[in-house]
Amino acid sequence: MSAAPPRLRCDRVRKAFPGVLALDDVSLEVAPAAIHAIVGENGAGKSTLVKILSGAVVADAGAIEIDGRPANITDARSAQHHGIAIVYQDFTLAPDLCVSENIFLGRWPRTRRTGWVDFTSLHREASNLLAALGIELPVRRSVSALAVAQQQMVEIAKALSLDARILILDEPSAVLTPHELQALFTLVRDLKQRGVSVIYISHRLDEIFDIADTVTVLRDGRHISTRPIQGVSRSRLITDMVGRELKDEFPSRLCPIGDVVLQIENLSAKRRFANVSFEVRAGEVFALTGLVGSGRTSIAKTAFGAVRATGGTVAVCDRIGPFAKPYQAIAAGMAMLPEDRKQEGLLLERTLRENVTLAHRKAAAVAGFLHIGRERSLARNLMADLKIKAVSTESLVATLSGGNQQKVLLARWMSLPHRAIFFDEPTRGVDVGAKYEIHTLINRLAGQGVAVVMISSELPEVIGMADRIGVMHQGRLTGILDNRRRQVTQEQIMRLASGEEARP
Amino acid sequence: MSKTHQQTARAASASSDRRAAARALAVVHWIVRLRMLVVLTLLVVAVTILTDGDFAGPKNLINVARQISFEALIAFGMTLVIVTGGIDLSVGSLVALTGVVAAVVMQATLDWAAPACILAGLLTGCGVGALSGTISGSVITRFSIPPFIVTLAAMLIARGFAFIACSGQTVYELPPGLIVLGRGFVLEGVLGKVLPVPVLIMLLGFVCFQILLSRTIFGRGVIAVGSNEEAARLAGIRVARTRLIVYVLTGALCGIVGVMQDAKLMAGDPKVGEMWELNVIAAVVVGGTSLFGGRGTIWGTLIGALIIGVLNNSLNLLHVEHFWQKVVLGLVILLAALLDAALRRLGRQ
Repeated sequence: MSAAPPRLRCDRVRKAFPGVLALDDVSLEVAPAAIHAIVGENGAGKSTLVKILSGAVVADAGAIEIDGRPANITDARSAQHHGIAIVYQDFTLAPDLCVSENIFLGRWPRTRRTGWVDFTSLHREASNLLAALGIELPVRRSVSALAVAQQQMVEIAKALSLDARILILDEPSAVLTPHELQALFTLVRDLKQRGVSVIYISHRLDEIFDIADTVTVLRDGRHISTRPIQGVSRSRLITDMVGRELKDEFPSRLCPIGDVVLQIENLSAKRRFANVSFEVRAGEVFALTGLVGSGRTSIAKTAFGAVRATGGTVAVCDRIGPFAKPYQAIAAGMAMLPEDRKQEGLLLERTLRENVTLAHRKAAAVAGFLHIGRERSLARNLMADLKIKAVSTESLVATLSGGNQQKVLLARWMSLPHRAIFFDEPTRGVDVGAKYEIHTLINRLAGQGVAVVMISSELPEVIGMADRIGVMHQGRLTGILDNRRRQVTQEQIMRLASGEEARP
Repeated sequence: MSKTHQQTARAASASSDRRAAARALAVVHWIVRLRMLVVLTLLVVAVTILTDGDFAGPKNLINVARQISFEALIAFGMTLVIVTGGIDLSVGSLVALTGVVAAVVMQATLDWAAPACILAGLLTGCGVGALSGTISGSVITRFSIPPFIVTLAAMLIARGFAFIACSGQTVYELPPGLIVLGRGFVLEGVLGKVLPVPVLIMLLGFVCFQILLSRTIFGRGVIAVGSNEEAARLAGIRVARTRLIVYVLTGALCGIVGVMQDAKLMAGDPKVGEMWELNVIAAVVVGGTSLFGGRGTIWGTLIGALIIGVLNNSLNLLHVEHFWQKVVLGLVILLAALLDAALRRLGRQ
């Protein structure tokens, strides 16, 4: 008797998007009833692989086999048909429907006589399914009334209601507290006992060592290694993920650090964070890091007047806040590059010219009237200065790549005299080359005497760029690490971020 | 050496290909930008042929221009509102309310010199319109209630006040000189009956709003708020103030039109302006402004108003039955929207 075929086999799967080779001949085997972690930095190809398995995108080349039989996944339905179920980072639940309705969305039982929805059997089936999975949830409660962790359980139940043989969890821990995470792990181990193969996508190594049997590293769209978790060291995984020494990855910065420019004292915002204090000096890069939801972004938004402060002060040189509205913060010399470029930063359907001059329209105006010629030359200069790749100043921003879009946002703030700038995840979704350029621009701003606050979840970026590192845990600043020698370790940061240790 | 030569030749032909492609792209770009002008031209040609040239007679053209000038003027303000992603359903009622209030004021000041009396009417009309816009805009921004609901309520309230202000009685005692604003011609002694006064007012409004939207800091803010409100806020644009101002401006325009309407009828009538809001919105949308906000032009709105005006006029000239006119008008609006969508898709590629 030969060994059972792998549950999932990807053979030289390839996918190119305009300008990037997202997956470059990736081959991978997932054993039946195994928990298989896939790790890698942003842009490594994890999400493209998930999209191919879910049928959201179709591979350009390569083959996929499930239980030894070739599987042709062309859309979400055929992925379902092959027993693949996915829980995405962003939930896909209908918030106003109840738990049962969500689990069986689109497959509600009907009564025979009237053809209306048979709620009695709907709730019964949902209860049975949840009981079988060992999940306790009120089936009649609407999903919007549940906690995030419970919503995730609904997603998992929904995914498994179709007899899934492969469950893909895409960054499941991003929204969970440590306690909730343990509950998720219990469920995942239980599923493994029932013969389900779980693909666990994450960039948090602690979790991987906790839950996975096997770990695969992807980098720049290529398969780097697949190893059983026993016998793999953490540093080995990091080397595989990063692929090079950190030293060369970040441009060096040699500028004097001056006086205090930005001073945040006991700043609080209701239900987001409390009593955060730090100061940033001219020419200094201060990084704020911590898990998603730990309050980093809220601090930036509150300091910038986009979220209401419930206590404390924000001071930029002699201008004392908190500022009630962003325009007041800008007038005080602050700027902010938001985390979500498309939702909070760009006017996608407008031109590059209109986007780069948005925050300083006055520079292209006389007495309130815009001078389009002047605006255009302003935009052209910024394009050249920041090496923004676009056909012209009149190109729609929606047509630019992620890195260039980020540079458009940078350009928006570049030509204004600023004292303090917040960068929220400045290099998320940006390719390696553009990353380096953005880091160089951050250094250039610091060199001009600007106080820079950089929010980032990428620890290598934090360690490679910051002079000091503030670490957040559940709305509190648990410590500030001195990183002038670039010698802080990821472990030091993670200890503070997980709340294991707090330093005043 | 021949290899180098080949490379140069290939490079040259590639660059000339690219130039040709860029030229073709520019042509498409302009067709897309001027799409509604193309529609208008086709319409005018078709109508001229169908009416054996009657349509293109100078008298008729002047007539069409005067007919559209009232609603077009309001449509310029409405364009700003719609570009911010809002809507104002109260404009028709506001024309009635401001017209009646202005008429009452002019009636009360009949013993003043005529210009002073008319000016008093105009200022009150604009003031009432702007006040109504301020209230609607404040409720919309302060309590984040959808503009559709707020201005629907304002539409009913303003209509009611129009009747209350004159106790339901049309106001007839108006200064005789007022008629110029509705039916007069600019420099009639010199030019003859060429340029109706309402058309001049509309054209002045056109120039002001065209500059306001496309060439001022404020106008850029209007566009930014409509394309991405959060991005606009984070770029330091005072979003609430911007949204408020567009309703105030539209209300003030209604005030001017209300007085023009008084002048045209030589009466302050609380029943005028029924369904105007829909005609005005139709002109804006036919003119290529997106109801989702963030995209729109004043000159597009002018063309939209012309398209609708030409259609109404030509259907009359062609003796199309009144009921059928509505059907045709509806179909044309639908066609314009379809064409707009198709050309825009072309433009994006």
